[in-house]
Amino acid sequence: MRSRTASAETSEGRQEMAPRGATERAELLREEGAVLRLPEGPTLSPQDVAIEVAGEGETMIINMGPQHPSTHGVLRVMMELDGETVVRSKPVIGYLHTGMEKTAEDLMYIQGSTNVTRMDYLANFFNENVYSMAVEQLLGIEVPPRATWIRMLLCELNRMSSHLLFMATNGMDVGALSMMIYGWRERELVLAFFEKVTGLRMNHNFIRPGGVAADLPAGWRDDVKQICNLIEPRLDEYDELLTGQPIFQERTQGVGVLTPEQAVALSATGPILRSTGVEWDLRRDMPYQYYDQLEFDVIVGQYGDAFDRYAIRLNEIRESIKLVRQIIELVPGGDYRTQDKKVTPPPRARIDESMEALIHHFKLFTEGFRVPAGEVYVPIESPRGELGCYLVSDGSAKPFRLHIRAPSFANLQTLPVMLRGGLIADAVAIISSIDPVMGDVDR
Amino acid sequence: MSDEAETPTEATAAPEPETLHGCPVTWSAGQQVLHVPRERYSEVMLALAGEGFDLCSDLCAVDYAGSSSRSLPDGISAERFEVVVNLTSMRHRRRVRVRVQVPDADPVVPSLFAVWPGTEAMEREAWDMLGVAFDGHPDLTRILMPDDWEGHPLRKDYPVGRVPVQFKATARAAADRSGTKGA
Repeated sequence: MRSRTASAETSEGRQEMAPRGATERAELLREEGAVLRLPEGPTLSPQDVAIEVAGEGETMIINMGPQHPSTHGVLRVMMELDGETVVRSKPVIGYLHTGMEKTAEDLMYIQGSTNVTRMDYLANFFNENVYSMAVEQLLGIEVPPRATWIRMLLCELNRMSSHLLFMATNGMDVGALSMMIYGWRERELVLAFFEKVTGLRMNHNFIRPGGVAADLPAGWRDDVKQICNLIEPRLDEYDELLTGQPIFQERTQGVGVLTPEQAVALSATGPILRSTGVEWDLRRDMPYQYYDQLEFDVIVGQYGDAFDRYAIRLNEIRESIKLVRQIIELVPGGDYRTQDKKVTPPPRARIDESMEALIHHFKLFTEGFRVPAGEVYVPIESPRGELGCYLVSDGSAKPFRLHIRAPSFANLQTLPVMLRGGLIADAVAIISSIDPVMGDVDR
Repeated sequence: MSDEAETPTEATAAPEPETLHGCPVTWSAGQQVLHVPRERYSEVMLALAGEGFDLCSDLCAVDYAGSSSRSLPDGISAERFEVVVNLTSMRHRRRVRVRVQVPDADPVVPSLFAVWPGTEAMEREAWDMLGVAFDGHPDLTRILMPDDWEGHPLRKDYPVGRVPVQFKATARAAADRSGTKGA
């Protein structure tokens, strides 16, 4: 219909249908079903639903998830299908909602990083980092350079482990099961280092307001170098296994295409935005910490499809290796946490000899430290995009409001646009290519 | 963050209140904050979008009930709720934060969906968590909580813990449990 009638005679004269590209951006997105307006729950009846029927045939609404191996946690996608083609879709979330923003209002600042680290459970250090940065900006304290460098080192290693897990799950979702094993294997190398540093593989609670919890263990440089040396050649193996492989290319190239305009309009960030060719990486474009002293490339795609998103993440691991190698040369000596006694607990040995240290310790862990009233929004570049922390303080020892701008939450909005017009078999590849972490989406 | 943030505008002898699009501007930890009256919200946001703020990074709401520490510029009267929008200009590498006061009696603001479709989920979250409604939103339903949930959990008068669990199966499950215990 659309292609045949480019112009038609009507009662109001000759009417021409404007090309699709001329439709206003927001209107187009509305039409494309960025939102599927469906009542949910027990009231759902086919008669209630005003479906714009695509084509001649009848459409069918099915739910994919929340329990489905390829939906990455508990994501439910409602899909309206015309045969095998997805007409409209709507991600339904909230299955992992645990009220962490509410919990945060009940925890002291000193306890906060234990809470936020569980949000994006594949990129824990980023959550801790963004939270700590927000608290420090409100406090107006400077973190010692060594602490900041340690944070950056851990974050870049965390980016590698997160992207390696994406390699594994993305491979698994499109049927490359060997890739799954390899991805998990390489990720474990990084997690073993995290365990050595923080005591835990995940949910570290290591980056805290004021610095980091402990100094790096002896011999960390060699460990990190070894991880980089081990992972780097294996990325080339991934290239052989997946990148150049015709079946993988068939499954991902041209699948789930997003235009730059759509990506920006839908607030997508991170690899999803970069896959459309938009060069936007907060580490380079709005540098925070010491990223302006480091040399690295921002990887961008061209087609905005699932393959580009895969390739970007693969190459971002390489960039992170490059960054990590620079960081280990640049980590200076000095304190790993601020010496401000009101923020940092005294070392254990001081408590035995100093009354004041004991008082500080007691005060800090019973009352916490007070943060001056104010509000601040701190964004950083997490593996999934812009991770922001909006923190409101009323001058007490607990946040008045903590809001985390979760990259997965915003990125998931691109799903209906990507799925539209594709095959249901591609839906799995597309969901996978967004790399949503449901802990991050639902918080 | 932005270089202009460092210039101390308030240090001048006769402080001319800084404005942007006719709305007072404050600085918080070096970040530009624009206080927009609710009546001018849509208009100012549209103007900001036209100015190059092409990415709406974040939208959230805050419940200021019981807070006395909030400082607002002259001409902006404090209300219970606040909608906070963080905008990013990718071209100019700038950010601006917009704060709108929303009264408790009528917690409605215009939706930004037509300007930035990416606010769709964020506005639903603000509605779900704090009960601030967005006029013109295409699908203002609960997003994180179950559909039949009562109340808005992030409101300050919504207590933490010890709320009756609102899942429908609970009463039956409890009856089943006590039944098996008795048998």
